Amino acid sequence: MRNFTAIYQREIKSYFSSPIAYVVIGLFLALSGLFFYLIVSNFVQMCMRYDMQAQYYQMAPPKLNVNMMAIRPILHNMSLFALFFLPLVTMRLYSDEKRSGTIELLMTSPVTNLQAILGKFMAAAALFLVMLAGTFLFIIFLFFYGKPEVGPILTGYLGLFLLGLSYISFGVFFSTLTDNQIIAAVSTFVFILFFWAIGWVSGFVSQSLGELFSHFSLIEHFDDFAKGVLDTKHLIYYLSFIFMGLFLSFVSIESARWRGR
Amino acid sequence: MIDVQQVSRYFGDVIAVRDVSFHVEKGEIVGFLGPNAAGKTTTMRILTTYLPATSGTAKVAGFDVHENSMQVRRRIGYLPENPPLYQEMRVRDYLDFVAKIKGVAPVDRKKAIVDVMGKTAIDKVENRVIKTLSKGFKQRVGIAQALVHNPDVLILDEPTVGLDPNQIIEVRELIKSLAGNHTIILSTHILPEVSMTCQRVVIINKGSIVAQDSTDSLTKKHAGGRRFTVCTDAPFEAVREKLTAIPAVDRVEINREGHEYTTLVVESKDHDVRPEIARTIIENHWPLYEIKSEGVSLEDVFLDLTTSEEGAAS
Ligand SMILES: Nc1ncnc2c1ncn2[C@@H]1O[C@H](COP(=O)(O)OP(=O)(O)OP(=O)(O)O)[C@@H](O)[C@H]1O
Ligand SMILES: [Mg+2]
Repeated sequence: MRNFTAIYQREIKSYFSSPIAYVVIGLFLALSGLFFYLIVSNFVQMCMRYDMQAQYYQMAPPKLNVNMMAIRPILHNMSLFALFFLPLVTMRLYSDEKRSGTIELLMTSPVTNLQAILGKFMAAAALFLVMLAGTFLFIIFLFFYGKPEVGPILTGYLGLFLLGLSYISFGVFFSTLTDNQIIAAVSTFVFILFFWAIGWVSGFVSQSLGELFSHFSLIEHFDDFAKGVLDTKHLIYYLSFIFMGLFLSFVSIESARWRGR
Repeated sequence: MIDVQQVSRYFGDVIAVRDVSFHVEKGEIVGFLGPNAAGKTTTMRILTTYLPATSGTAKVAGFDVHENSMQVRRRIGYLPENPPLYQEMRVRDYLDFVAKIKGVAPVDRKKAIVDVMGKTAIDKVENRVIKTLSKGFKQRVGIAQALVHNPDVLILDEPTVGLDPNQIIEVRELIKSLAGNHTIILSTHILPEVSMTCQRVVIINKGSIVAQDSTDSLTKKHAGGRRFTVCTDAPFEAVREKLTAIPAVDRVEINREGHEYTTLVVESKDHDVRPEIARTIIENHWPLYEIKSEGVSLEDVFLDLTTSEEGAAS
């Protein structure tokens, strides 16, 4: 536990003593904020239009659901921004240790690989949590104007967090493969994008294949969360995805040791 | 303290270390000497559990580096070829981190860090960010890192590389002062370093050990005996002919032929041939300016061992 904490703390400090944390958090919030504004103002206009039509036809105005019409697209947008930014958060975790030679210190200290991997993974997860907490402020803003339901919002955020952890676990894995941070980031990005894209193509192939594809798609599993539906099926999917990334990181580090990389 | 039995390590087809066996007693300082690509770093990485050996066994403080690697890691301090520094950290924070992962108890940590910064003379830069330090200071922080948990065994891969002459002397003194309490292995390709700091030397070339002995007896045993410089004033060929006639003399070579002095190098396997040289020169009525005994240096031993190995291999 002490080793885990030491590594976790060092990574956190390292994030915040370089520009990376500030840049990533700042850009993520700026982009999310911009899209939040666009989506919400669009939603408000739509509400007004419906109100006017209702008055014109002398009917009761329809009830529009904030959760479905505003929060769900916002969450989907953020899941995309996370795809752009999280590889930048994870790219240095192992690559930098390999490049600078500090991996020799880490791997000759009485620290197990599991402790090191989890320390690094959790540090990136904590940074992601900070990013999400920032966007939560936008959501609070909605409560001044409408009556969104709290439960579905929290479910949506849980889904977003799990999705981010999936990116991060494979980010750690790709960073164990190379001492080049750019390569680590790009391969993480492409890999995750692939697991998004198999969801898109599922509509173009035969039905059974399409079902298989969408079963593996990272984003298909997210939509229920974004709608506010909590389903253990999706929970298990994300947890296994995360486990897989961490497990592969472990295997990669051990095998690199044998090969002498 | 350290026991290595027939350790080999392959990288694909490349044999980096081949059947290496050696033993280091508690409190000894052993020098690991060899040219580039000899396999020094690879051997040290095996001892520090960084690399597994392809075959053979290595034990540090009684623990097998493979089976009990965590026990070994607790007991070693390791300075790799490139000091393993987190460039963006401050010296003190860095040492604190290392102390934590090396398992120094929280109550002892502060004292351990202050002590080691004193020993390596880096207390003045304790709040500097590591990347702003000069190479020599970085190297010292690297040494401090290896010492902070007061390990039984110290493994130092080229500890004086990149230091200025004064710092080199300081680091050597530091290493010597650590002997006794610590068992030390250091690698280098600087020969005087070994004769100055180490009691014993292991010479390694192309992955194999070519000699291991105390520094003194190694210089006595090798490099073909003794060597003398003779300064006289006579035609070279004539002097050579007469000196080669002395039974104990093996070889005579010209060093410098001036119009006044002729300097020769005379080699003999195991005899002090100075009296015979003097007699021969006087008998031939040549002037004798000087006869000097040249001690055999580790340099000669090294060249002898590593080049003869090369000759045998080709
Ligand atoms: N990770 C690796 N992958 C492939 N080959 C390696 C690896 N590490 C070392 N080697 C090879 O093993 C041999 C021994 O290398 P090693 O680094 O142990 O030499 P060295 O004695 O430390 O040399 P130097 O004095 O230059 O530091 C070299 O031929 C080297 O190319
Ligand atoms: Mg080396």
